[in-house]
Amino acid sequence: MRKIAMAASLSVFIAFLIAATLVIHPFGYPPSQMDDYIIENAQSETGANNVVTAVVFDYRGFDTLGEATILFTAVTGVVMLFRRKKRE
Amino acid sequence: MTQGAPFNVPFLAVAALIGIAFYIILSQRNLIKLVMGLGIMASGVNLFLVTLGYREGGVAPIYTHAPIERMVLPVPQALTLTSIVIAVATLALMLSMVVHIYRHTGSIDSEESRTMKG
Amino acid sequence: MMSKIVRTISNILSLFIFVYGLYIIIHGHLTPGGGFQGGAVVASGVALLIVAFGSHNIHKSLKEHHLSILESGGALIFIGLAFGGIATVFFYNFLVGSSIFGHIPPSGPNPGDIWTGGVIPFMNLAVGLKVLAGLSAILLVMALATSVMEVEE
Repeated sequence: MRKIAMAASLSVFIAFLIAATLVIHPFGYPPSQMDDYIIENAQSETGANNVVTAVVFDYRGFDTLGEATILFTAVTGVVMLFRRKKRE
Repeated sequence: MTQGAPFNVPFLAVAALIGIAFYIILSQRNLIKLVMGLGIMASGVNLFLVTLGYREGGVAPIYTHAPIERMVLPVPQALTLTSIVIAVATLALMLSMVVHIYRHTGSIDSEESRTMKG
Repeated sequence: MMSKIVRTISNILSLFIFVYGLYIIIHGHLTPGGGFQGGAVVASGVALLIVAFGSHNIHKSLKEHHLSILESGGALIFIGLAFGGIATVFFYNFLVGSSIFGHIPPSGPNPGDIWTGGVIPFMNLAVGLKVLAGLSAILLVMALATSVMEVEE
């Protein structure tokens, strides 16, 4: 019973993946309206030469704030799991 | 436009990685192999994000000593940075939970510790 | 605790690794790199020290609450810089054009000037501190826990 359910869900998932590779845009020619604006104006608006760092910290700084929160929570969880009992 | 193969070959590689990782997660009983399957799926998703933003004959989007070419898209690379850090944090938390399960129940087989003991 | 040759070489080599990681963090707005990548490099230097000297000897001088203070400091500096330009919008770059780190580079390819970037170099330092403290804490705690398990059996 479990093997039937596993085979069915796996075949549906792989069919979906193969269908997605046939419908997606051709490999070297992405649609790029927002990124053309960012490449043009990143040096005059943010003053950084590295456009990826300007995107990570200036145009999309809110995502970096969320990721810093996730890293903080994971480190807190790991340190809490390995705490030794106080001998008293 | 697509010279050579009729499909887009990098997207087929991404589909193969994610499909193999899905099969590993469904079928393995050993907990360490489950965590490895999740790591393979994270690598597949990161590869997909990077190959979404490739432009034909492009260079890295950095203006310091840059050659005069078109640049690839910078936003998918920023999303990949975030995704890699989140994958590291998730894998660390999962592995420490596996160490705890081994200490409490004595085995890392997921079928032996199914029901919650009182 | 490994042999004397390994301990001597890893003492010397870890200094080079720390300097290389700090270089990647500071030049984040000119060359590829930035806060996350440089923090990971420095954490791998700490991993080299833990493997060469044993986790008990490292734990005598580097406790978890030192690392926790570093990590919380990095997070607070990051949020403080985000609130600095609240007059316009939440993550506004309020140092572009002013006197600290405020030059604007000429457009197109150019040799990099380090005094550019606005608020981005400070954010790189804050995120680099946070990532190196977090990853070092994870490595130290897991090495301590599994070595204690070997001693008990």
